[in-house]
This record gives sequence, structure tokens and C-alpha cells, in this order.
Amino acid sequence: MILDGKCPTGPIEKSWDKHRFDLKLVNPSNKRKYNIIMVGTGLAGGAAAASLGELGYNVQAFCYQDSPRRAHSIAAQGGINAAKNYPSDGDSILRLMYDTIKGGDFRAREADVWRLSQVSNNIIDQCVAQGVPFARDYAGYLDNRSFGGAQVSRTFYSRGLTGQQLLLGAYSALSRQIKAGTVQMYTRREMLDLVVVDGIARGITVRNLVTGEIESYAADAVCLASGGYVNVFYLSTNAKGSSVTANWKAAKKGAFFANPCYTQIHPTCIPQAGEYQSKLTLMSESLRNDGRIWVPKKAEDIGKLPAQVAEEDRDYYLERKYPSFGNLAPRDIASRNAKEACDNGLGVGPGGRGVYLDFADSIKRLSEDTIRERYGNLFEMYEKITDENGYKRPMRIYPAPHYAMGGLWVDYNLMSNIPGLFVLGEANFSVHGANRLGASALMQGLSDGYFVIPYTIGGYLVTVKPGSVKTDNPEFKKSVEDVKATTNKFLSINGKKTVTEFHRELGKVMWNDVGMARSKESLTEAIKAIPQIRDEFWNNVKVTGSGADLNQQLENAGRVADFLEFGELLAKDALHREESCGGHFRVEHQLPDGEAKRNDADFSYVGAWEFKGNDKEPELHKEPLKFETIHLAIRSYK
Amino acid sequence: MQMLTSSIGRKILMAISGQAMVLFAVIHLLGNSSIFGWLNGGINAYAEHLHSMPLPIIVGFRLVMLLLVCIHIWFGIQLTLENRGGRPQQYAVKTIQKATFASENMIWTGLIILAFLVYHLLQFTFQVTNPETAALKNMVPLHGNAVPNVFGMVVAGFKSFLGSFIYVGALVVLFLHLSHGIQSFFQTMGWSCDKSQPIIVKAGTLVALILFLGYVAIPLSIFVGILKG
Amino acid sequence: MSDHKTMTLTLIVWRQKNATDPGKFETYTAKNITEHHSFLEMLDCVNEDLIHAGKEPIVFDHDCREGICGMCSQVINGAPHGGQDRTTVCQLHMRKFKDGDTIYIEPWRARAFPIIKDLIVDRAALDKIIQAGGYTSCHTGGVPDGNAIMIPKPIAEEATDAAECIGCGACVAGCPNGAAMLFTGAKVSQLALLPQGKAEAVTRVRNMTQAMADCGFGNCSNHYECQASCPKGVNVKFIARMNREFIKAQLDY
Repeated sequence: MILDGKCPTGPIEKSWDKHRFDLKLVNPSNKRKYNIIMVGTGLAGGAAAASLGELGYNVQAFCYQDSPRRAHSIAAQGGINAAKNYPSDGDSILRLMYDTIKGGDFRAREADVWRLSQVSNNIIDQCVAQGVPFARDYAGYLDNRSFGGAQVSRTFYSRGLTGQQLLLGAYSALSRQIKAGTVQMYTRREMLDLVVVDGIARGITVRNLVTGEIESYAADAVCLASGGYVNVFYLSTNAKGSSVTANWKAAKKGAFFANPCYTQIHPTCIPQAGEYQSKLTLMSESLRNDGRIWVPKKAEDIGKLPAQVAEEDRDYYLERKYPSFGNLAPRDIASRNAKEACDNGLGVGPGGRGVYLDFADSIKRLSEDTIRERYGNLFEMYEKITDENGYKRPMRIYPAPHYAMGGLWVDYNLMSNIPGLFVLGEANFSVHGANRLGASALMQGLSDGYFVIPYTIGGYLVTVKPGSVKTDNPEFKKSVEDVKATTNKFLSINGKKTVTEFHRELGKVMWNDVGMARSKESLTEAIKAIPQIRDEFWNNVKVTGSGADLNQQLENAGRVADFLEFGELLAKDALHREESCGGHFRVEHQLPDGEAKRNDADFSYVGAWEFKGNDKEPELHKEPLKFETIHLAIRSYK
Repeated sequence: MQMLTSSIGRKILMAISGQAMVLFAVIHLLGNSSIFGWLNGGINAYAEHLHSMPLPIIVGFRLVMLLLVCIHIWFGIQLTLENRGGRPQQYAVKTIQKATFASENMIWTGLIILAFLVYHLLQFTFQVTNPETAALKNMVPLHGNAVPNVFGMVVAGFKSFLGSFIYVGALVVLFLHLSHGIQSFFQTMGWSCDKSQPIIVKAGTLVALILFLGYVAIPLSIFVGILKG
Repeated sequence: MSDHKTMTLTLIVWRQKNATDPGKFETYTAKNITEHHSFLEMLDCVNEDLIHAGKEPIVFDHDCREGICGMCSQVINGAPHGGQDRTTVCQLHMRKFKDGDTIYIEPWRARAFPIIKDLIVDRAALDKIIQAGGYTSCHTGGVPDGNAIMIPKPIAEEATDAAECIGCGACVAGCPNGAAMLFTGAKVSQLALLPQGKAEAVTRVRNMTQAMADCGFGNCSNHYECQASCPKGVNVKFIARMNREFIKAQLDY
């Protein structure tokens, strides 16, 4: 099937304004008759729930944490982009759009990216009005910093806490609506099924994580804002509870999963210290402004203390290969080069999985105090985790899974192929193409939540009669029975291995075979290995405790079970995409100098997969990508 | 109404009443120090001066002091009882990171001071504990008038080891109470910031210490015989 | 890493089935722990052993494991988050302990935070305080340009100091009175400092302090245990500022 993104036609500069005018409106007095379900309360979900509640809709919001303020958006450090052009350095909406499309290696929709760039300015205004304490200069104006992949200063920030501050802004707006009664907040609830009645999304089935009860909620529209899926690699920078579950349940009910192979591996993370490790910690990309990345040139030097390696025996490989961007090359490129150095046996630290990020030159040039002022909290964090002083000896860093560009397929209105099912933020696939630039995730989440869904959902709701399906519908009953059956199955297997052991095993396969460098052989291997782990999981997992209680093992079992199905789809998508682009790198497809080789003739499309069951091949649907404003070009940062 | 019902409102009333009593303690000390003779006629003259004030002023002043004491005690007990309920179950391991002995025992030091205050009033104001040395019953001449012998009463009171011991003990307790109380006043009134706060803490303790030393000087001088009856 | 010495520790952990169960301490042994384990990874190891033995693992709240979400909440040897300066439990590493140590692990204890299970407590009261007024009542859209509201750098910096609060509740757990003054003070101060928040300053401080009392939090005794417990080092000067805002609100009408 050829998918239609329903993007507006005509000049791109007018596209969003024209579309907003064309959308039908819901009468103010009718809004309260509509129920909207919001799954997830991060930047996208929190902002959307607050805005929809304020418009007058009845919103029911769900999160698995104990408070909407804890969504993993909170962990974003660096900043948020906007085309304000406050520094007058040549920025514009069109330039932000261009940088985003190019950064995504020409695999995103133009109209969506235009809209994102256009509303980016409203986001900053909105957050300021909420009391988000953005960094200011001494005159009192908003301050900007630079980020990778752009030649203008357009990143707004609040120390190294931008994500936290923006999320708390959305959370405060949400809190106001909860108080006003327009939003019903359900915390410690995990969505375990999407209820589809006659082909239309009508509600969800959730597990109350405290009481274990399986609950049904019906609505006129269901929005998923449940984040990304890179915990499929087990070790990632995501929160422990981040999962593909909400998305995957929707996919199993017919929603198409687009571009799952586009995963971002972030270059500046603290390397793994041991087998027991539960997560990887990211340190802001901004460190690469002043830190120089190197590995020893000779294998015999890798055991030495870094200070004992002579200057001429060090390979500053990013500076050598990308003289114009140097250490600030985009994330995918920096990560791949780190992996290559380590694969060549030149990695440093435990297991040879690390490269140096050296501040000695900057400290010499600027003084230790200046570096401390700029990055003090990151050095502190590094020391807490590694017990090493980053001022005295180079930090060790290694890439880690960080962000999912892929997600459920949505049209321009953010509606999936299931009518009534909307997908926002990292959970959808829309704007980042094959690679996301720094400081763009926050922008997308808030754009979708504050400024897109409040308009586009109305266009859908006018077409449905409010409250036409209730939870007494047989589909809801069936869904509850299915969820209960799965829960009971987990508890009854009583095997020998824990959920975490399976997750780790899956993560190893994903990281080694579907990680930063993928080949036909490795992917075929993964596609063979994952079902085996899955089969063993369903026969040999051990989940103790009961279902009628708070049971974290049970929660994890559900998430890992979904990763075990989804991981296979991710590998299949990677295998089918015979090109290298952004975060997807196929070793067969590289330019002579080792750079990614895109294949626009055959793969300039969105690959949206229809899941048909574990024993059947998923079906690929394509949405061709048209580039009318930005011209396809080789993405070069040399 | 929020002043009387909310936690911050009641704390503010406690802070103001407490601070007013600190002010009283300062003035009281200055007056008492006349026992060392800087005022012509010594403490007897000072006492006579106070007593010769118009009755409405004396009564009014005493009523205001009584009201302050009542406010301070009433809300102190009320808030403490509420606070006990704030954490119904204690930790198995008690670790103190920043609290002090003084801050943790304000209710006890406060109640001890109250008990002492009652005793102190009975001894020196109402003069019922030691009738034989009561100033009102032992008039002495001063500038041609017969005035109560406060000096004699005080000296007699502190010559006894027990009298001095109780008094000095109470002053130690008062020092503890004020070492937390004075800085606490500034915090509760919102008159501190991160830079001033450590200074206020130190200055509060210093004021408490000065008051302690000042008050202790009197019984000590009597007990070791510097001041003689 | 295998080349590291490992530790064996005795854990005395609070186990409580549900809100009504009286609960009790259970003793566990953590084996093969390296200095690089985080505290939660050490507990993960203990839990894996418990599951293999067919027992129910210890449940505890955690999510981001990088010190920012505010989900993790354990009192270790009497100190919330373990007492290391500016550190959450998830960032606490086992190099702070030594072989043979006995470690007490308890949940946050406060009237306003009822225990749900083991080390997990219900912190919905903190959300209620924010719902009472921890926001500016601006609408989505229809706001002025970000630079139309000028905020001097020092003010923006101080507001950010207050806004660093991660809402973990350690201040309440550390306070002998179970008071939420630092949490509430931080939010009141952030919005009182910024021009955007001034319009609603009077009702905000009134409503938020009222919510604090309604939720069952205790009163402030100026022990400053909250600041010592705070993993973000939020300063008690924000309590002072809230008190000031409170007085201003009383004088307002």
C-alpha cells in the first residue's frame, strides 16, 4: 500500500497556516462532550493534555511513574532550538527547516519539518510565560548557545537542565488543568492494550501498577505520547521504565510502525563498567565544544596512563577526518568513528570500549575555572560515576543508544493509520528523518503537544459522535481478558531465568548485530537469534509474586516481551533498507572514505511496517518522500 | 485568619513574641547590671525608678509581657504536637546532618525556661519564696527615702549554692533556646538570604552568649564574693 | 570488571506488603559487589538472587537512574539518598561503602507519604501542592514574545536555583517534622522571583501553604535538615523567601 501523509499542498511557507484554516472546528460548547485519552505525560503528552484540557475537552492522562513530572523528557540537558534569530546571525524558519532535513539525512517529510520550524518560536514564548527560567544575558534578554549540525546560535537553554525546566513548565500547566478538573490524571498506570472497535481507536486497557487491577478507559480519541524504544538495546540512556509497549500494543492492533531502524547512538556517554550495569549515563554534547577526542595510535599504548602517551602517538581522529567540524561532527558520525577506533583495538579503559575526551588543552588555554563554570555539573557527575577527575585526566566516553527517530506512522495531522489514534513526540516517526540533531527533541515534543495536536485533533473529532462507544462494549471486555491472560501466563511459567537476564541477552544481540554498524550477515543473525530468545523467554522466564499487587518483575516482563517482538521488526527494517543514512549504517553501503552512502533512487521513502504476528512476515507500506523546497544532496560535514 | 491557623502564620507569631522577649531580656540585663554600681544608688535606685512609674504603665507592660509569653507557649506547644505527627514512625538509624541539640529540643528548653520564669517571678517579683529577705520587708534609705532593699534580696538569693545553681542552670538552657531562636526569627520572618544566613546563625549565637555571660556575671560575682551585702 | 575486589554487605531492609501491613526489617546479604556498582545496581543484584530463590524481590522506586527524575527515594543509614552531598540514591556508588558494612535501608517516612510497598511511598501530596498554585495561569498561545519579558541574569539564575528541585521528597523525609517547606518554598520562590509569576503571587503562596497543611505535612522548625538532604542542594533561603511572600500576602488585603 502506498501511504498518503495528507500533507498540504502549495507553497511551504503557507502550508501550516492554510491547513489550520482548512481544519474543521469543534464548537466550544461541544468540546466538553469529547473524551481524549493521553498516554504519557512527558513534553509531548503533558503539553498536549494541558492544552486540550484548557480548550475544554475532557482529558484522561496516564503515566507509569508516580507523577507526570518524572517523564524522561526531564533528563534532556542541552537545550531547545528555535528560529528566533535573536543573535541576528542569519537564522530563519527556512534555515532551521533546512538544517533539520539535512541533519536527518533527507528522510523526513518537508511539510512536517516546516511546521516544526515555524512553531518553534511560539514554544519559547510559551515556556517563558510559564516561568521556565531560561538563561539570560546581563541585559535581561534570552541567551543562545550553539549545537551540532548548525552554523547559527539558536539553542535556548537553562543550565544543563533544559529538559527538566521545560517539563516542569508543561507539568505546571497540566497541574493547573488537573485542579480545574478538565484533566483526570491517572498515575502508576501502564497501558497494556489499545481497544479498537470497528477499525477505530476507542480506548485503552491499563494495569493499575499499585493494585494490579486491569482497568478499561473509553474515549473519542486516543493519543500516544509514550516516548522512544531504545531500551531494546537493554543498556541505553533512557529511563528504566521507557519501553515500546504502548506503541507495540497499537502496532499489534494494526498501527504501522515507521522506520524502526532509525536509532540514534549518542557519542558522549560514560562507558559501561561491568556486566551488572543497568543503564548508561549521557553527558551533554556541549562537552565536545572544548574537549578533544583521541585514542592512542599504537596498541601498546592503550594500557598506559593517558598522560604517558606522547602527543605524536595520539590520534585525534575526528579532527583528522573532519577538519571543518572537527570534534563537533554530528552524533552519528562521532559515534561510528569511536566504534571504529575501538574495533581496531585502540579503545581505552575496561574492555577497550572507550575513547578519551581530553580537556587538557582547553584548561591550558582557558583555565580550569572557566571549564568548571561551563561544565562543572558534568565533571561532577562523571566523577560520581567513575571516581575519576576529568580535570586531571581525560574522560573516557563511549557511544550509547539514546533516541528513536522511528516510531508509529502518522499523517500530517499526527493521526496513525488507525482512525482516532494519534501519536506525538518521540513515539511517532515524523520530523527527524534518519538522524536527530541536538536540541531538536524538546522542540518536537512541545511542538506536537502545544501547537499541533490541539488543532489537528479537532479536525478528526468533528467527524465522530462523542461517547458513542463505552467500556461495556465487548471489545473492551475481550481486551481485559487478553491482558489478564498474558499476566497469568507470565506468573505461571516459573522458569529459571529472570526477566533482566533475558533483556540483557536481547540487548547484546541488538547492540552487536543491529547497533552502530549493521551488515546483511549480522542482521540475518539477529533475525535468527531474537525468536530463539523469545521462545526461551516464554518457556523459561521466572516472575515471582502475584498479579494483584505492585509487582515490578511483572511490569518488566511485559515490556521485555514486547521488546522481544519489536527487536525482530527493527532488524528486519534495517535489513530491508539497503543504504546507509543517518543513524542507520550498513557496512555494505559506504563511500570510499567510510561515510554513509544513501540510495535516494530506491529508498527515499518512509518504511511503515504492518505487524501480522510473530510467525508471519510483516508487510511493508511505503510513503514516498518528496523534496520540493530542500534539494537532495550528499550530507557532508567535512 | 491565616495568621492564626496556618503553619507559617503561627510560626511568625511565635517568632515575633519570642523576639520581643529577647528584647526584654536585653533591657532586663541592662537594668540588672546597675547592681555593679554604674547607677547612683545601684539596683535599689533602678528598682525604685521602675516602681515609681504610673500604675497603668506597669500593669499594661506586665499584661503585654504575659500575652507574649502566652502566645509563644501556646503556639509552641501546638506546633510541636503537630510536628510530632508529621513523622509518626521514626527511622531505625537516626542521622543528624544539620539540626543541632538546641534546635531539636526547643520545646524542652522552652518549658524549662517557663518553669524557671515562674520561680524567678515568685522569688524576686512577688517575693514569696524567701520572705525573710524579701526586699519589700527590708526597707533601706536611698536619697532620703526608704526604698525596698532589692540589692540585699539578690545577694541573699545568690549566696546560697542552690540559688545560684538553679539560676545558672536556667541561663544555660536559655542560651540553648536563644542560640536557635534568634536566628530562627530572621528565617521565619524571611529576612535572610544565602549570604546572610550563616552570619545570622553566628550572630544569633553570639547574642545568646553575651546575654548568658551578662546574666551569669551577677550570681557569680556574689557567689565568689566580689559583690557583698 | 573482574580485576576489582568485591565486597560483601549486610542489608537490613524495610519490607512491607502494603499500606496496612505493619512492616518489618529483613536481613539480606549482598555479595560480589564492586566499587563501581551504583547503590541501585547493588540492590538489583540482591533482587536477582531473591528471584532465583523464588522469593519476592525488594521493590523500590527508580526510573532515570541519572539523578534527575526524582523517582528514587530511600533512606540509607538514616540519611535520605544516603547523605552524600548533592547525590540521589541512583547516583550513589558503592565505593562509599566498605566490605562488611551493615546498611539500613528504609522508605521515606512522613505522614503525608503513606507507604505503598517496601521502599515505595505515595508522594501524590507533592503534586497536590503544585496543583494548588505552582504555575502561572497563562494560556497555550496568546503570550508575548520571550524577549518582551526582560529578566536580569542574577534573577534568572536565582530562579533556576529554586527550579532545580526534582520533587523527590527527600526534604520531607529528612525533616523531623515531615514538613514540605523546602519543596513548596522552592516553587513559590521561583515564581515570585520572575515577573511572569508576580501577578498571582498573593493567591499562590496562600493556596500552596494551605495545601501543604491539608496534605498532612508538618511545620518548619528551621533545623535545615531539608537542605542537607536535598540532592540538588536547594537552599533554605527559599523557605525564607516563601515566609516573606506569605507575610506580604497577609498584608495584601
